[in-house]
Amino acid sequence: MAEHTVKAFDEDITRIRGLIAEMGGLAEVAVQEAMEALVNSNEELADSVVVRDKKIDALEVEVDKLAVRVIALRAPMADDLREVIAALKISGVLERIGDYAKNIAKRVGRIEGRKPFEPLTLLSAMGEVAEEMVHDVLTAYGARDVVLAREVVERDHKVDAFYNSLFRNLVSFMMENPATISSAAQLLFIARNLERIGDHATNVAEMVHYAATGDYPPEEE
Amino acid sequence: MVSNQPSADTMVPTVEFADANSDLTPKMSARNVCVYYGEKKAIDDVSIDIQTKYVTAFIGPSGCGKSTFLRSLNRMNDTISSARVTGDINLDGEDIHAMDVVHLRARVGMVFQKPNPFPKSIFENIAYGPRIHGLADGKQDLDEIVEKSLRRAGLWDEVKDRLQESGTALSGGQQQRLCIARAIAVDPEVILMDEPCSALDPIATARIEELIDELRGRYAIVIVTHSMQQAARVSQRTAFFHLGKMVEYGVTSDIFTNPREERTKDYITGRYG
Repeated sequence: MAEHTVKAFDEDITRIRGLIAEMGGLAEVAVQEAMEALVNSNEELADSVVVRDKKIDALEVEVDKLAVRVIALRAPMADDLREVIAALKISGVLERIGDYAKNIAKRVGRIEGRKPFEPLTLLSAMGEVAEEMVHDVLTAYGARDVVLAREVVERDHKVDAFYNSLFRNLVSFMMENPATISSAAQLLFIARNLERIGDHATNVAEMVHYAATGDYPPEEE
Repeated sequence: MVSNQPSADTMVPTVEFADANSDLTPKMSARNVCVYYGEKKAIDDVSIDIQTKYVTAFIGPSGCGKSTFLRSLNRMNDTISSARVTGDINLDGEDIHAMDVVHLRARVGMVFQKPNPFPKSIFENIAYGPRIHGLADGKQDLDEIVEKSLRRAGLWDEVKDRLQESGTALSGGQQQRLCIARAIAVDPEVILMDEPCSALDPIATARIEELIDELRGRYAIVIVTHSMQQAARVSQRTAFFHLGKMVEYGVTSDIFTNPREERTKDYITGRYG
């Protein structure tokens, strides 16, 4: 892309993109480590995920301030405008992804009786799909890769399918083992969080698509 | 894709924003218009339709030909001896080059960059046109036309008690509204505005923009502006000119959020060389 006549405008846009990339990196790691903490019952790691969420929140505020400033001072047009609007929305979504990761981490200590059981394996597979979506959508953002963004959108149904099957699985597990209901309920919430992370990764993908083309990706049914 | 040949696509943007009572027959249409200053081709093969009830903005870098093209719509280029216009320009289907030029300019009025009131009273500034065109039937009729024109231009309340004062004694913004009142006094169908706000402060500019919006229900308005924000605010259609060609013509919101042409994008985002 050609440079702006006003160089500071380019610097602002670059800075916004850098902040989004940083936020995305932190959110991605948060999801990954929250799941790792869950699978390995690593409460120390879980706590550190919770603490680090503050950094993501702070970055969101920074992106918002900078985006508002760019809109006020530079009145961006066309692809610049879409870039700034997309950044505003993406930062909000990444902050939510961070919150879901934090929520998963907080539940790690509440799961009792750590003998491995089947739903946990399913959950960890679901986590991998969600993590990959977050990872790929950030790659798509960095490279303005519309094809990859669409691919992420299409992948969301996988996470939904995992959620449905986990739900059934956990309900029957609870019926068979009433003593584990409290732990299994925690897993159900975690599955729900992962499902939401998938949805939010999809939202980011839509904004990447919008910023690059001016259109939203075609709706899938 | 830039085609110099007029196509349905480039002449008339999609009418998705047309409202029910809009008239889609063009008020003015230009086909394959070229304007030469001596040997120099200032406008190269421009085709466009201008509709009533819409504000059409011409944007583009200095020297791109947007003002030249605007001036050809009411034959202001006739006054420049080296200027030559080829191609067809029609007003309601009638060739403007076959019309009486004084009559044409009454139907296609113009407002210039710098307010240029006559060095006469406010009243005379407005009354002059209707009088020479024989539009007023007696003094009372003329009084009514003056009041109506000043009201439509949003200036009446500010000047009604001093109509005999000189037009040049008004502030810049008031002078420009006086010029707009003068243009609408002869009951035109099209109003051409060549950077009407570039000599005005933001408040006066806002008043003119508000006025343009009120006037568009009645006239076809074409405005040349250097302010992209102004084009985005006041117009419904935007044409981007570059090096004498019309690069893109479309619905204003599309041009400013998602232009089709790379050159349009570079210009409106401030990346133009």
